[in-house]
Amino acid sequence: MAAARLWLAEEGAKGALIAAVSTVVVFGLALWAVVSSENWSAVQQQFFNPENFREAWPDVLSGFWLDVRMFVIAQVAILVFALLVAVVRSLRGPAFVPVRLLAVLYIDAFRGVPLILAILLFGFGIPALDLPGVPRSPLFWGVATLVLSYSAYTAEVYRSGIESVPESQRSSARSLGLTQWQSLRYAILPQAVRNVVPALLNGLVSLQKDVALVSVLGVREAVRAAEIYTSRTFNYTSFVAATVLFLLISVPAARFADWYAARDRARRSQMAV
Amino acid sequence: MSTQPRLVLEGVHKRFGAKVVLDGIDLVVDEHQVVCVIGPSGCGKSTLLRCVDLLERVDGGRILLDGHDITAQGVDVNEVRKRMAIVFQAFNLFPHMTVLDNVTLAPRKAHHVRRAQAEEKARDLLARFGLLEKADDYPERLSGGQQQRAAIVRALMIDPDLLLLDEVTSALDPELVGEVLAVIRELAEAGMTMVLATHEMGFARDVADRVCFMHQGRVLEAGAPGDILRAPQEERTRQFLSRVIEAGRL
Repeated sequence: MAAARLWLAEEGAKGALIAAVSTVVVFGLALWAVVSSENWSAVQQQFFNPENFREAWPDVLSGFWLDVRMFVIAQVAILVFALLVAVVRSLRGPAFVPVRLLAVLYIDAFRGVPLILAILLFGFGIPALDLPGVPRSPLFWGVATLVLSYSAYTAEVYRSGIESVPESQRSSARSLGLTQWQSLRYAILPQAVRNVVPALLNGLVSLQKDVALVSVLGVREAVRAAEIYTSRTFNYTSFVAATVLFLLISVPAARFADWYAARDRARRSQMAV
Repeated sequence: MSTQPRLVLEGVHKRFGAKVVLDGIDLVVDEHQVVCVIGPSGCGKSTLLRCVDLLERVDGGRILLDGHDITAQGVDVNEVRKRMAIVFQAFNLFPHMTVLDNVTLAPRKAHHVRRAQAEEKARDLLARFGLLEKADDYPERLSGGQQQRAAIVRALMIDPDLLLLDEVTSALDPELVGEVLAVIRELAEAGMTMVLATHEMGFARDVADRVCFMHQGRVLEAGAPGDILRAPQEERTRQFLSRVIEAGRL
């Protein structure tokens, strides 16, 4: 018994050593392959120039701050609007057929169009209509399109959560005299949302990057700011600066999403016992 | 002084697709009566209770609660359900709420009772059924018997005129059945009008005023528990009961 534990501990230490060595070797080789390439010095000048990095940084950073704000506003709007769409889609009864149909049409339309195309269409198209009382800022329509497109997906995520709650929970709530809406609000949705938090977090990680697509409308967020720097100096280091900024946010966010999903799985398997 | 029956079923029909589940059910339940519906699995007992609670729409016949047709067009099902309650085989407590929140949800949201008032009543009822110390626990922390008693408290919170119990002990470990039956017995003694679908024949004999034997969507035989359980007239009833006795349930 004690011997077995000792052997395991030894194996653990050995395992860690093997992991460390193989990691260093693999990453070292990859780095060496890049740096030893014939054009490396030219690439270094074009993409990894510290001088240009410093020069481009302030503009790219202020552009990135706009990305962050767009992301936060869009994400909040998505979580609320998508839930509304999902609820409408799951309403029962013949009276709700028109709104259910509308919800399905909306979801199909926005899931079927590439996001960048939707942004171009809305961002250039709607301001061009020049409708009274309708905002004409590309920034507004860029964010609005992100919200509409992501909500279509997120509504389906919510709906899968609603459908994962057993029918008996609904019967139970309705039998207590709660209305259809109250049953959803107090019995079904809290369970449904809890079931889909991991999927919602994945959507969040992906939105955090996709806000950059609004740059096609000329909105001066990080990627657009980097582009402007590049077209002025013919140096691409500004793109690397933008990359660093996006990674700084998205990597921890993705780690968090994974950690939460793992914890959620553990909680479920514990509950099933 | 009204002598109107609490619940009347007149020729109730229910189909699921092509399958006829209830084939003309007539049933009368007077106030303070306990009626046990017995019969083999799939005979329609549960569907009968679900139809009474309007969880299933009947395809024919009608159901009267205190003389009012609750299966008529335009009846507000939420209003009807404020006067009756159903307890399910699988408890169906809300897993994301504490026991206290489970049992106070309907009074607060459907009956507009203040939280403090609802909680006071809930604690009284939970204490009466030995669950007071579980009030702030989530259902997963409770045994099956405790969960089912909590579900009964949840049903009682709205002071129902009629309580429907759908095989409430069938999902329980044998040693936990007794504690739930004791609760139902207490309710019967307190005069609660109840319709039970049950496999507990001994219990039916003790608490029921009337026993109905159902087979293939029909009530084949109904009467005093002593008559039905000891001297059944119908061949099907005899077969069913002899099998139950063999299994040691009577």
